[in-house]
This record gives sequence, structure tokens and C-alpha cells, in this order.
Amino acid sequence: MAAPIISVTNLSKRYGEQVALSNATFEVPLGTICGFVGPNGAGKTTTIRILLGLISPTSGSAEVLGNSVSEPEKYLANIGAMIEGPAFYPALSGVENLKILATLGGINFSVIPDLLAKVGLSDRADSKYKTYSLGMKQRLGIAAALLPNPKLLILDEPTNGLDPAGIQEIRELLQKLATTGVTVFVSSHLLSEIEMICEHLVVLRNGEVIFAGPVKDLLQRNRPTIIAKPINGGDCQRLIALSGLRGEIIDETVHLDAPETFAPELNKIAFENGILLAQLTPVRPTLEETFFEITGGK
Amino acid sequence: MIKIFRAEWRKLRRPTLFFGSLFAVGFVSAMITAFIFILIDAPTGNAKEGAQAMVVTREMLALPEGVMIGFASSGALLGIVALSVFAAQTAQEFSLGTLRNLLVRQPNRIELLMGKYISMITFIALAVVVSLISAIAIAYLLAGNAGVSTTAWRSADAIKAILESYGNVFIAAIGYGTIGMALGIYLRSPISAISIGVGWLLVVENIIAAAWKASMNWLPGQLLSVISNGGENYGAALIKISVTLILLVLSFTYIFKRRDVAN
Repeated sequence: MAAPIISVTNLSKRYGEQVALSNATFEVPLGTICGFVGPNGAGKTTTIRILLGLISPTSGSAEVLGNSVSEPEKYLANIGAMIEGPAFYPALSGVENLKILATLGGINFSVIPDLLAKVGLSDRADSKYKTYSLGMKQRLGIAAALLPNPKLLILDEPTNGLDPAGIQEIRELLQKLATTGVTVFVSSHLLSEIEMICEHLVVLRNGEVIFAGPVKDLLQRNRPTIIAKPINGGDCQRLIALSGLRGEIIDETVHLDAPETFAPELNKIAFENGILLAQLTPVRPTLEETFFEITGGK
Repeated sequence: MIKIFRAEWRKLRRPTLFFGSLFAVGFVSAMITAFIFILIDAPTGNAKEGAQAMVVTREMLALPEGVMIGFASSGALLGIVALSVFAAQTAQEFSLGTLRNLLVRQPNRIELLMGKYISMITFIALAVVVSLISAIAIAYLLAGNAGVSTTAWRSADAIKAILESYGNVFIAAIGYGTIGMALGIYLRSPISAISIGVGWLLVVENIIAAAWKASMNWLPGQLLSVISNGGENYGAALIKISVTLILLVLSFTYIFKRRDVAN
């Protein structure tokens, strides 16, 4: 197995009495899209700031691309990042803002037109940043993150302010980047988006890591369900009994605690016992449901 | 360092900042020079009143260093421009949140800070040149009407006086700018940094100096004023302000290097 691109061990950050991050330990595998989720104030941005060398941890250690976060100059040239939303000079154009960052990073200006095209900003490249909509500002932030042709892309809420079409474009862009070997570490409140694009997930709550691993492992923690609707509503109780599983009846529909793979078996049991089914639907728990269950949210 | 310098100049050459600042310093120098010549025969004189009042006569203006009197007098106002530019350019990185972008692309904080500092010093060097040129141009323009001879202005002594005066005003402007940069880093807000800096130098220091004469020997604004004018106690003022500025640079560099970038 390849070495993780991010490795965090017992990382803590305190601001006086306030604990922003507490003994966080997780790894982000190379070449994956890894989601970073948690309620507001969970410590996501603090973690990202530490990974980028912007703040120092109170204790613990973290490595990015095999280098300690105490020496960010050793790895930041290979990282693209957008933290806490886009931040640029309002009186300068989008292209001029990118040129400042490119100059600073020793990056050739020739990549800028392609990047602006990639995020759909070519037409407004010469407009002042202050005239941009929130979505356009977000796109410029993503273009800035892509400037160094990064091995690791760290994005904090990249779809904030984007319309559905924009969100889809960003999703496709991240998936495309992942196919080229770029590791993406992305925090988002849009759990449906995270579920669609991420193979790996880190979940924070109150500064603590409560899950780190493949998304499918997390989803398996939650109970899968099979919904079956007999044509005769009176057969519901009998179907639960015949299945031998735990279940409940909601609106003349049987909700069984069973994995998706049990659906053909249930269909067979029902048929053999003269119960005709109008509906048989395996339901996998969504990431959102699982997230709320493990973070104690609603 | 050169990358940071070039990146910083991309911000400094923004038309409103670049032409606005250069126009302002050129205008102020020209105006002060013009007042000296236009009011040469005014009953109230052509220089500031008070205990240190100094009337600039035709004879004084006709000396080799006469061509520089207007420029040297505008040193303090040039200093305020320098303070404002340094404070705004530094503090805005915090208030706009752009510092985090800069640090991701250039994580060596001391190099980033020094690159910014040097680029702003070159900007101020250019502003002082514009101020110098406009002051000299206005002096030549008004000398005829004011009956001031310009013969000595073309002598080797005049060139020496011009270079000396340029050096003094430039050193003073760096001093004002360094104070502005320190305030920008400490306060992280352009408005707070500029208002506190200008308020201290133009108001508070003058009140303290009026109430307690001895304070003029160590208050930074007073010392920078002495350097700008090339006045008495120049050497002592230069040493004192150098020590002050070195301590200031060490202090804000330490803070900039160590402080979390959490906004």
C-alpha cells in the first residue's frame, strides 16, 4: 500500500481554554478523493490551516507528502489550496490576481488561460475581482489552487455559492483530477456531493476524529433496510414473521432491517407463502443519515 | 526574494494606488514650494509660525540649497504618504485574507515580509523622486516672478544639496514607512493602522513636544522630521531613529513569523 499523502497523529490545537482540535489521528491515502466533514466548529478549518503551515499545532504531529508541517516550505510547492473561501485583491482583475500568486510560486503565466477556461472564467478574466459573483469568486479560488499543478489539492467548501450546474462542474473537475493522480482533500457541508465523489472520509466532531476510512465502511455501520409492500396490507405482520428479521410496519409497508442481498430471498419467501408484493426496494443509508447518526445531529 | 518583489509590485502598480500616490506627493511638494515663492513678500512670511518660525528670504532661496527648500519642507507629508502605503499594503493582507494565499505559495515568512518591505521602499524611492522633480520644476517656474536668482542652482554645490536632501527625505520616508508596516502587522487593519499612525505623528507627538520640549529628542516623528530637514542634531537623530527602527523591524518580523494566520 502506498504511503499516505497526509498523515496526522494525535494533533491538537488550543486557543487558550478553547480546544479546536483534540488528538486527531487520520490518514489520507494517495490518489483518492477524501472528504472532510463535520458540523460547524468541528475543527476542519483548523486542521487544514495546520496542514498548510498557517498555524502551529499545540501538540501532536502531521506530515504532508512525507514532510512535517513544521517545514511547509518543503511541500507547499506541490499543493494547491483554497481555505475558508476565496480571498483576492478586489481592485485587481482575476487574471492579475492569479499572476501575483504565479509570480510568487515561480509558476509560468502560460497555464493561467487554461485554468481560467477550466473553471469557466475566461470571459471575465480581465474584470475586477470585486465585480465577481460569489460563484465566480469561488471558481477563481479553485483556479488559484490549481496553479502549481498540485499533487495534493486541499479545498475548503469549494462549492459554496455555486449553482447546481456549477456544483456539478466542480464535481466533474475533481473526479477528472483524481484520475490524473491528484489527491483531493475536500471539506464540504454538501454530504450528497461528498458521497458522490469521495472514496475516503474523515469525520470530525467537537475537534475529535470520529471516523476515518473508506466511505463504504462508514455506510455499512448504519442499518440497511428493505422496504416491501404487500398488495394485501394485512400480510405485513406475517411477512415480518416469515422473514425472521426485525422489522416495522409504516403505512402498510414493511421496513425490514436487512442488507440489500436479502431482497431476492425475501421475494422468494413472500411468493412461496402466497404474499404478493407491489413493491420491493432495498434502501441503503445515505451518508447524510449516517453522518447525523454518528455526529448526533438532526 | 525577487519573486516576492515582483509579485508585490503587481499590487503597487495598480493605477489608482500608483498614479494616485505619485500625483499626491508631486502635488504636495509643488504646492509647498509654490507657497514659499508666492508668499515671499507676504506680511506673515512664507514659513510656519511659532517659536521655530523661519522666514525664507530671496537670499536664502538664491543659495545652491535654495532649490531644495520646498522639497525638504514637504518631507513630513511624504512621510505620511509612506506610512499610509506601507500600513495599507501590509494590513490589507490580513483584512482581505490574502495572506494565507501568499503563505501557501511562499511559506518562508521572513522572506515574504522582507520582499514586501523592499518593494515598498523602492515604491517610496520613486515617490520621493517625483516629489523632488515637481518641487524643482515649480521652483524654476516661479523663481523669475519672485525675483530669485537661479544661477547658484546649477552649481556643483546645488547638485550636492539636491542629493543630500533626496537622501534625507528618502531615509525619513523609510522611517515613516517602517512605522506604518509595524502598525499594519500589529493591528491587521488598514484603517486602524493608518489612523493611529497619522494621529500619533501629526497630533499626539506635537502635543507632547509642545508640552515637554525634551521629548523632541526621542519621539520618532520628531527625529524623522530632523532627518528629513537635515537640521541640527542630524547625527544624533539618525542614530536614535536607526536603533528605534531596528527594534521595530525585529519586533514585527518576530510577530509575523510566529503568529498564527487564523483569518
